Amino acid sequence: MLADQDRIFTNLYGQRDWGLDGARARGGWQDTKKFIDNGRDWIVNEVKGSGLRGRGGAGFPTALKWTFMPKEGVNDGRPSQLLVNADESEPGTCKDREILRHDPHHLIEGCLVAGRAMGAHIAYVYIRGEFIRERQNFEAAVQQAYDAKLIGKNNVHGWDFEIVVHHGAGAYICGEETALMESLEGKKGQPRLKPPFPAAMGVYGNPTTVNNVESIAVVPEILRRGGAWFAGIGRPNNTGTKLFMASGHVNKPAVFEEALGCTFEELIEKHCGGIRGGWDNLLAVIPGGASCPVVRGEDMRTAIMDFDGLREKKSSFGTGGMIVMDKSTDIIKAIWRIQAFFKHESCGQCTPCREGTGWMMRVMERMVEGRAQKREIDMLFEVTKQIEGHTICALGDAAAWPVQGLIRNFRDVIEARIDQYTWSSTSEGAVPSIAAE
Amino acid sequence: MANIKVDGQLIEVPDYFTLMQAAEAAGAEIPRFCYHERLSVAGNCRMCLVEVKGGPPKPQASCAMGVKDLRPGPNGEPPEIFTNTPMVKKAREGVMEFLLINHPLDCPICDQGGECDLQDQAMAYGVDKNRYAENKRAVEDKYLGPLVKTSMNRCIHCTRCVRFTTEVAGIAEMGLLGRGEDAEITSYLEQALSSELSGNVIDLCPVGALTSKPYAFHARPWELTKTESIDVMDAVGSNIRVDARGREVMRILPRVNEAINEEWISDKTRFIWDGLKSQRLDRPYVRQNGKLKPASWEEAFAAVARAIKASGGGNKVGAIAGDLASVEDMYALKALMTNLGSGMTDCRPPMSGIDPSMPRSAYIFNPTIAGIEEADAILIVGSNPRKEAAVLNARIRKAWRAKGIPIAVINGSQDALTYEYQLLGAGFETLADLAAGKGHFAETWANAKKPLVIVGEGAVSHGAAWNKQIGRDTIALAAKLATGPNVAEGWNGFALLHNAAARVGGIDIGFVPHDGGVCSADQVKLAGEAKLDVLFLLGADEYDTTAMGRAFVVYVGTHGDKGAHRADVILPAAAYTEKSGTYVNTEGRVQLAQRAAFPPGDAKEDWAIFRALSAVLGQSLPFNSLSQLRAKLYAEFPHLARIDQIAAGSVDDVKKLASATIKTTSAMYTSPVADFYLTNPIARASATMGECAALQAGLRQAAE
Repeated sequence: MLADQDRIFTNLYGQRDWGLDGARARGGWQDTKKFIDNGRDWIVNEVKGSGLRGRGGAGFPTALKWTFMPKEGVNDGRPSQLLVNADESEPGTCKDREILRHDPHHLIEGCLVAGRAMGAHIAYVYIRGEFIRERQNFEAAVQQAYDAKLIGKNNVHGWDFEIVVHHGAGAYICGEETALMESLEGKKGQPRLKPPFPAAMGVYGNPTTVNNVESIAVVPEILRRGGAWFAGIGRPNNTGTKLFMASGHVNKPAVFEEALGCTFEELIEKHCGGIRGGWDNLLAVIPGGASCPVVRGEDMRTAIMDFDGLREKKSSFGTGGMIVMDKSTDIIKAIWRIQAFFKHESCGQCTPCREGTGWMMRVMERMVEGRAQKREIDMLFEVTKQIEGHTICALGDAAAWPVQGLIRNFRDVIEARIDQYTWSSTSEGAVPSIAAE
Repeated sequence: MANIKVDGQLIEVPDYFTLMQAAEAAGAEIPRFCYHERLSVAGNCRMCLVEVKGGPPKPQASCAMGVKDLRPGPNGEPPEIFTNTPMVKKAREGVMEFLLINHPLDCPICDQGGECDLQDQAMAYGVDKNRYAENKRAVEDKYLGPLVKTSMNRCIHCTRCVRFTTEVAGIAEMGLLGRGEDAEITSYLEQALSSELSGNVIDLCPVGALTSKPYAFHARPWELTKTESIDVMDAVGSNIRVDARGREVMRILPRVNEAINEEWISDKTRFIWDGLKSQRLDRPYVRQNGKLKPASWEEAFAAVARAIKASGGGNKVGAIAGDLASVEDMYALKALMTNLGSGMTDCRPPMSGIDPSMPRSAYIFNPTIAGIEEADAILIVGSNPRKEAAVLNARIRKAWRAKGIPIAVINGSQDALTYEYQLLGAGFETLADLAAGKGHFAETWANAKKPLVIVGEGAVSHGAAWNKQIGRDTIALAAKLATGPNVAEGWNGFALLHNAAARVGGIDIGFVPHDGGVCSADQVKLAGEAKLDVLFLLGADEYDTTAMGRAFVVYVGTHGDKGAHRADVILPAAAYTEKSGTYVNTEGRVQLAQRAAFPPGDAKEDWAIFRALSAVLGQSLPFNSLSQLRAKLYAEFPHLARIDQIAAGSVDDVKKLASATIKTTSAMYTSPVADFYLTNPIARASATMGECAALQAGLRQAAE
């Protein structure tokens, strides 16, 4: 459990001033000059020591990602760039918006020090199209920082730094890092082929690091309190604090900051007032945003909410956006709805995702009614395997996992639904199967 | 070079190779749909997946990953890929299944049937059953103009057409709209494609989504006789394959020739074939009492013989060869004229500045078409390459895209080209200024190591109020610009861009005025003044037929066009698909066109007509067959025997040209091709070309 003084996001709920004065009062922008002066390697080492893993879903070590950028001095003339992915569109995930509108200076300060750590003098912040207020607050905060000469040319920190805020147009796929870059460049948001990786050739052909909002926003506090402090929270390899989101059938849905390594039950009991109708009423949880495989409620109760803890449950920690479903949920329909989302958001560029997402959704649509054959369950599982790992970007994988999770965990429910449909269709009107025997 | 193991076989490949190229070098076949070696890599069909040892546990797209992207093994072993493992097999089957679930099963009524990548690869890499129980996707067909028929249900979204039109053709008129399974290939505005190369998307389309509209439902590929031949629509000499069924040419496709057309052909080349069937001259005609009456060959020859006898021969008889004549045709006609004692032969457009005394390098495209890619600055004088040589224009665009070379144009009126260029001026004055080192482009030009001057026919002939001196001076100035002090050793940047297939060959064999003969324009003038009594027009329709006075006009050609209307005797001949003929393209490259079908009705091959006529005149030509004719031709002009080769012009000759005294002060350049689709008698007889021309005129009007 996280102690109050260990919290990073102290204005998560927007009860205090989100502006520069408020941020300063809460400890922001302190010692920033020192971090910048300590230099690139020091920042990278501190972050490396903290064990910070990317908060966007994949959990890639943040400091390691930064080291892929061209080293100082070996530059070929192309500027290094930081690209902050604020295109938060994953269903069930709503943490970055809280940072953007209530704690924007964490992110701005983070951009500056992270920029120093990768030798970048510019950060692009790509904000999701639907985030209107978030953008307004963030842009205002960026302006405050410019006015106070915290960033910009000849700023007080001695590291010239520009922040460009870009507003997307509302496509989920633009949250994929290479599609994000295409979109930022003014093209259609379709993922690029990798390699070349962004660190070699990113936005406008320059070396780019793409980081999640939260990954960047926690960096200043890590530097202020030391990597060891951050590493001391949570379990090895899964360190630090994290913003969690709980939505669905909990008594008090919430976004909250908590240490990694707590069990699901602890989190829900402490922050969300428990499951609606009690723990026995828990059916299933999607632990990290819509693309993560669903986990049965009884498995979930004791699951440790971090990267490794959920891998043991054959799911994924993702962004920490828990979608909780009690027994009133039609789990097949819930997964069908997620499939409909992915079908709608597939960019249509590569074959398996373009054709497969629609196929999966349509089979699921029939399974919701039970209008399917039991052999189609295996077929559907095979189709998900044909998509997973065969696409340009990870959206194909993301679309395949929910179905895989459903079939792995709720095959009995699907089969029962099919039986029920067969039974009801034969008892109403059609010749009863018994009579035929 | 890099070492890589493909299916256990160690090979060494250049390190810029992709995995697909490496696999092919090792003999492994990789199926693909979106990948095309002349287009950018899209990597979206996912058919070319291979397994990479030690990589992530998922297959990789071999078209998009380079050999150097792979890391060696832990002990420095070469990286290893597999194309035949269960993982790869499953991946291919999976992708194939996805491609087929929404692909209609209409192969029996699909024009692509029999030459369809999807069909072939489904046989080779697919599974034999269908697990998709839902409804298939329906997509509205798009309108892409009169040439390209769409059937968008069949589209597999490989985006080859999009990449071709944007990258090669240089028009941003196609794209992928929408997302996910609703994504559609479209032309955005439901307008005809404005490119002269649009037909190539038909070849590029791996399925039957884009097919040939004029050819639709006409034939199946396996019932066609395929003849490899040469195109004569322009002076590029694109390599084509003529597909015929019986006597009928059904379609024309490109052949790969890296030196000339790569694998593109222009729309005129591709869709001209319906013009081969209409307006054909299929029997001789003789004018009686002012009207053309059908006649037998004997009657026609007798009429010609009478006229020649009456004229007395010599320079009272003239001959003009048109744009589509083959070298053999002109050789036979020239031999006949020589027998008659006439030096009145010409194959050049009116008032051409290309003097018979000039060396070969003065009238060929010296740097060669492939050489365009080496140029580091291009000047286009009096030409619109997009209309005059669309495929060559694509090569200029390719060079421009690769290196961003500066391109300048001097031309009177200039439609948009497919690359960035500066319009320096309209005529001779600008060229003279540039040659004198004046103007802002002069500095760029002076620094170029491999400057390329493309001189169009519009700059050496065709001008209104024109005289031959303008063309000669233009050639001299262009030669000067091509041979500046900074030009790299061995580079010959003087390039004459003809726009007729017959031109270079005709000049090569001396089908130009000699022994007192005069040029084509003067022949017409003399005819008008009743000083020339008999005029042979060998498919020559681009001259002023109303100015020929009372001369006895013998038209030897294929179509009832301008020349035939004026003729006193029509001798029906064979079109380029109906005879074996030598053509020399604008580079000076000798190529052989082959017969794909037979001429209609009583029409005969041109050389045979002249041979027969010579017998009637009592002046028999010394050959009785095409091979005998060729033997004589090759003996006289040995370079014509070297098929597919260029007898290169010399740089020193170009330098000599540059030293000529300039007498002209002012002239306006105009490209001779006003309408790309209607440049020759076959095109003017083609309904498809007519439709295109009308449509483009409408589009132009709408744009204005």
